[in-house]
Parts: sequence; structure tokens; C-alpha cells
Amino acid sequence: MSEKIGVYVCHCGTNIAGTVDVEQVAQWAGSRLKERGVIIARDYKFMCSSLGQELIEKDIKELGLTRVVVAACSPHLHELTFRTACAKAGLNPYLCELVSIREQVSWVHTDKEAATTKAQAVVAGGVERVAYNESLEPLKVPIHADTLVVGGGIAGIQAALEIADAGYHVYMVEREPTIGGHMAQFDKTFPTLDCAACILTPKMVQVGSHPNITLSTWSEVENVDGYVGNFTVTVRKKARYVNTDSCTGCGICWEKCPKKVVDEVYEAGFGIRKAIYTPFPQAVPKYPVIDKENCIYFIKGTCKACEKFCPTEPNSINFEQEDEVIEVQVGNIILATGYDLFDAKRIPQYNYKKLDNVFSSLEFERMCNASGPTNGNIVLRDGKTAPKAVGIVHCVGSRDKNYNTYCSSICCMQSLKFAHLVMERTDAEVYNFYIDMRTNFKDYEEFYQRILEEGGHFVRGKVAEVTDAVRFPGEEGKLIVQVEDTLIGKQRRIPVDMVILSAAMEPRHDSKEVGKQFGIACGAAGWYIERHPKLDPVATMTDGIFIAGCVQGPKDIPATVSQGAAAAARILGRIQQGEIALEPIRATVNEEQCSGCRICNDLCPFNAILFHENTMVSEINPALCQGCGTCVAACPAGAISGTGFSNEQILAQIDGLLLLNVGDETIPA
Amino acid sequence: MTEQFEPTIIGFTCNWCSYRAADLAGTARLKYPPNIRLIRLMCSGRLDPTFIFKALANGADGVMITGCHPGECHYLEQNYKALRRFHLVRRTLKGFGIEPERVKLVWASAAEGVKFASETTSFVEEIRELGPLHWGKNSGQFPGGGEPSEFEPAPESPEEVPA
Repeated sequence: MSEKIGVYVCHCGTNIAGTVDVEQVAQWAGSRLKERGVIIARDYKFMCSSLGQELIEKDIKELGLTRVVVAACSPHLHELTFRTACAKAGLNPYLCELVSIREQVSWVHTDKEAATTKAQAVVAGGVERVAYNESLEPLKVPIHADTLVVGGGIAGIQAALEIADAGYHVYMVEREPTIGGHMAQFDKTFPTLDCAACILTPKMVQVGSHPNITLSTWSEVENVDGYVGNFTVTVRKKARYVNTDSCTGCGICWEKCPKKVVDEVYEAGFGIRKAIYTPFPQAVPKYPVIDKENCIYFIKGTCKACEKFCPTEPNSINFEQEDEVIEVQVGNIILATGYDLFDAKRIPQYNYKKLDNVFSSLEFERMCNASGPTNGNIVLRDGKTAPKAVGIVHCVGSRDKNYNTYCSSICCMQSLKFAHLVMERTDAEVYNFYIDMRTNFKDYEEFYQRILEEGGHFVRGKVAEVTDAVRFPGEEGKLIVQVEDTLIGKQRRIPVDMVILSAAMEPRHDSKEVGKQFGIACGAAGWYIERHPKLDPVATMTDGIFIAGCVQGPKDIPATVSQGAAAAARILGRIQQGEIALEPIRATVNEEQCSGCRICNDLCPFNAILFHENTMVSEINPALCQGCGTCVAACPAGAISGTGFSNEQILAQIDGLLLLNVGDETIPA
Repeated sequence: MTEQFEPTIIGFTCNWCSYRAADLAGTARLKYPPNIRLIRLMCSGRLDPTFIFKALANGADGVMITGCHPGECHYLEQNYKALRRFHLVRRTLKGFGIEPERVKLVWASAAEGVKFASETTSFVEEIRELGPLHWGKNSGQFPGGGEPSEFEPAPESPEEVPA
């Protein structure tokens, strides 16, 4: 063994030393592992302190250490610290190995003798392993300066504007005919009650007219290829059947269109639109689309009213238009595709869509909106009668193990907003049926207090049923909300005229497939998993793919905007660096040994393994390879090696960990 | 009263989930027996069956494989490959006449420190029940009674392991 290995055992105050005899571990390593190449073994109070690091640096310089093992806390905490210390002393940082004797020894065990023995084994594992560590250099990958933002809701809008304003180009892709997302459907926003359109539409216009933003609405991402810094994205621009070069958005076509369609998206099924339409007057872009499924011309072959009345020259209606598939090159991607509303029909006892005056929260948002189907009047389904009593049911499809266990986070505040709007615009009594009130952000609790003062009624209990079945006098012609009032411990039947179901936010129905397309994973509930739930909430495990807004979990507008801006900031930092350093944990094929069996080819989920038909060997693209090592383990010829986690390193570590069990004879010299 | 048998267990962990679960168990000061020694891999898919045989042949009495829950793999689906190899290894061990229960597979997300600790605790008990493996160490148990190296059916290098 020609390596000169230094072993450093940390006390971490009493965190480690309290359970592990640190001095003994160091002494043992210095004597017992001497023949394994250990030339110095020290213990120190806090290895991560600057004095501790200097200890390592000094030994590297003076004793000529070629390998370093630090036995301290988890590598997820201080690996970088010690690698940097080694690099400062001129040793390749990847020749330093941090083994954990805190999280995985001292903190989880109580028997000092057993813990000390285990710590010795862990150190021996590190010593054996480090001898096979190789000098590595981080992979440098150039970053394409353009960014793709998928989803034109408030999260995507914020992110796109931040990046575009900083002077870099953004492609925004939106599935619907206009950007704006769910926020554009709302009337007021809590807790300030400013009008959603008033604060959103200026930003929409900015996106539409920004010189650095290329906006593709009525478009979907079809395919994503490549890796951080260098993605190739295929976008399908669905045929609008409207020529955007000549269209002025005057609106005569949808005025003249004879076909009325229930608008399931923007009006949440509560209002109607035409077969040629823009979802709402302030839509960006202003150009309409023809809904082919419902257009009389596409169904029957005759009509063309829109074409007839189109005043532009040349005519902007083009029934022959076809989908266009474009490719864009980008360095980073932000996924901001938002959420779906929980379908309240799934809870049969609430009788949504069976009883007329049971509304979903989005329906009610549209009802309140001055440009909505009722011009902002709060009325029953008949369109004219004002309700005398309104029940608002919280936690519909959330905090319910039958549907979603999570708290949908915005529904309490949204319900309070509804209560306020009902009381402001009608004389109705308002009953909120809640499990717990959750109003835990700036000015939210104050808003709750305000609704209490305004005379809103609050009943604590989960609603069992919404029914029109009369059981007592006075319930005729009413909706009865059956609920256990848990504060008084009694069942109550509260007759109301209108029920609003505060439905949960749910992951997009296609979030799994979309996630797969972009190479990111969904958690159990279906929200995309962030790189770290606290310290890295907008990055994902796939480098170069960021998430913002409700794709990451239910959240309100301020949090959504913050995430959009945060994702943009992360990307801007990278663009300005020009390149990004990646961990050099990669698999490589030894051409000499590769038999061309292609077993590895299908194992790689990142398509990083390329088979050369002419030479009959496989090759791994280091930029696509993520370093999982599955192919390394699978190669029957042993032709693939995984840097950082090679067979030699792991087998040696096993030997080291078992050194105390079997003695020396199993350890190869 | 004979002394209680203390098994040695090698645990393979995934960098993204189960290693973090083990970290979390530590941060939360949960307690589990010191019989397990962990090796960090980038992914459970990196687990070469050789590693398991090597560990058992060199003195471990059991091997615990841990990875992300199905559908939550950091590398999309590589934990399924670990699952396949787990079954392969169990079958092979049976062929060797070794209890397949000496190898256990546990899914543990980064949030499941409690699960990591409890699964480790129960696995130590299970192996304690099975008793020492003595593969390679106690060569007297094998016919011929030669040096341990003669009785190492576990392949030493990946070339000999079918994928």
C-alpha cells in the first residue's frame, strides 16, 4: 500500500465523544490500520472548525498525505467543508472521504463500547475505501442563456418577467388560449381584497409585449431532450384556425358565432362561451381560437360565420391551418403548471351537480366576478334570487383520508373571502363549516377577525351531508347542511339557500406524465418533489428543471409569486456564470471490455447510453449520465466503471467495515 | 446463560432517501442497535449482487438493502432494478443453502427516520434468531475444512455475476 492516509476523528463537542471513545478510535486507527496506509491519526474537538481544517491542511503539506479520512458528521453536512480544506492544501478534493460516526453512530446508540467498536469499523471502512478514491475534476457544462417557462399562471408570469427584465430570453408555453391561469378567474384576492384582474392583467400585458419573451399559448410541450444547460424542447403549437398576423382581436367573430358552448375551463362550467373565443376580454394574446370539437363548420362542414364577418384584410380565419411543431434550445426550464380543482362530485353526500344550488369554489369565484356569468351578482342557480343564507364548507377533498390527506392551505382564507363577499353584496347569513381555522400568514388572522366582526357564523365540524330531504318543519325548499358541531357536541341541521364547497387544490391530472417528460418525480400526493423541502424548494433533483407555484404543493398567491421569482433568481445566477459545475459521479465504459451485449442500454432512464453499431460497443454520454450506477452493477463484463462509487471502492469499504469480524486475512494487500 | 449473539449487518443505503433517513434517525436521536454498518451508494440500483455476497462471505450475518419507495426514485425507476436483484440474490442464497431471510429490502424515504430505525431494530432481531452465518469465517462448517478462501462461492468480481 503506497498511499499515505490521514485519519481525523471528530469529538463534535460531546455529540460524538459522549457515546464514542474518540481518542481510542484515533489511537486504534493509528496503530491497527498502520499497515493499511494510515500514517497519522488524530482526534480533535471540532474538526469542522477552522483550526480543525488547518490540522488537515498542515498534515497534507508536511506529511505528504495522499488520502484523508474524516470521521465526523454526515457527508450531507460537511463533505464540502473537508473537501475544500484538502483542495486548499493541494490535494484533490475527491481524495477525501467523510464517514459518519455522529448521525449513524453516536446519536443512535447508547452503549459506549459497542458504539466505539462500530466507529472503528466505520473508520476502517473509510480507510479501505479512500485508497481506491480517484482524483476527479467537476464536470463543467456551458449554460444556454434562454429559459423555458411552462405554464402562464401567476407563477410562470412572475418567473418569466424576472428573467426577461434581467435581459435574457424566455420562451413561455401555455396550454390554454391565454395566459393568466387560475388567478385570472378570481374576483378578489385575500386578505386585501384587491381585484385579481387589476393586479394580474398588467403583468399579462407585460409578458405579451416583452421583447425578451416569446409567448406560445394554445401550445404544449411534446418532448424534452438534453440536460442542464442544454435542453432541446419540442413544442406543439395547436392550430388556432386564426391567423395571428392579421387578426386584430376585434371580437366580431365570436359575437357572430352561433354556437354556444359551456366553458368548463375559464368559467368552471358556470358560464358559456362561443366556439370561437378568447376566454376573457383581457386575454393575452388577444387572438381567439376555434374550438374544433364544437365548431359547426368542423362538425357539419358549413357555417363559416366567423370568416364571413371577419373585417380584416386578408381574412384572419383559416380553417386549413395545421398544428405547428417547433424546437427551442434552452439552458433551464421552469415548470409552473399549477393545479386542478378537486372534483366535488367525488363526495356524493355533498350532492354537487345534483342539487342546483351547491357551487364549487371556482364557480363561486366566477359568480363574484363582475365580468362573470352573473355580472358579479350573488344569486342562486336560477340567475335572479338572492340567497338568504349561505353555507361554506371547508376542507372539501382535503384533510380527508378518503381523498387527500394534506391541507390545501388556501381554502380557509378563500372561504373567509367568500363569506365577506356574500355579506357585502347580499343580506344573507353566512355559515362557515370548518375543521380548524388556518390563517397563518401576514394579515390573515386579522382578516379572520374582521369576518367574525362582520357577523359571519362559524361552526366547527366536518359537514356530513348537504341534502334537500326535509326532516323538520322550516326545511322546505332549503338545502340542509348536516354537521356535528364539535364545540357544543351536538348534531345540527342548518338550512341554507346556497352551499359553496371550498374544494381542495389537487395536482394536475397529468402531473405524473408531465413529470416523467421533464425527468422529475411526484411525491405520494402527486406534487412535484423539490430538491430540499426547506432549503431548496424551487430546484428539483433533476438539474436545470425548476418548479414554481402550486406544482410543488398548495399555496397562495404571495407564496406562488415568491417561488416564481426565486426560480428565476436561481436561473439568472447560472446564466451569469455561463457554465455550471456538476459532481463528477459518472459511469464510463471501457471499450476494450465491452462485449456489446447492450444490457445496459435499456437500464438507463436518461438515455445516456449510446450504442455504436459500427464498433459494437456502448458509450455513456457524461452530460446525460446522472451517476446512479445501475449500469455499473448490471454490466456482465465489468466493463462499466462508476467514478466516485467504483466496485473497488465499495468492495474495499465492505472489507473495512468487517475488519473487526474476520481479521486481516480477507483483506487483499 | 450463554452470551447473546450480536450479529453484524451491512446496510446499503441510497444517497437521496434512506441515507438521509438514517441521518434523520440520528438528528432525531432515535435509538437502534449498533449491529448495522452503513454504506452509501448513489442509488439502490448501484447495488451489485457481488456486494451482498462479498459482505456475507466476509463476516456479515445479514444485509439490509434500502432504497426510495417505488415511484419515488431519484433516478426515476432504478429502485425497481434493485428490487429485481434483491429477488435474484434471495434465490441464489437459497441455492447455496443459506437462509434467504438474511437479506432484507426496505423502502425508506428521506422523511422516514422512524421507519429506518424500527426496520433496523427488527432486522437485527431476525438475524439474531437465525444465528451466526459463519460463511468464510468458521471454515469447519464446510466440507474439507480448508482455508476460508476455498469456500467462497460468492463471486469476487462483477464479471461472474449475471445481471
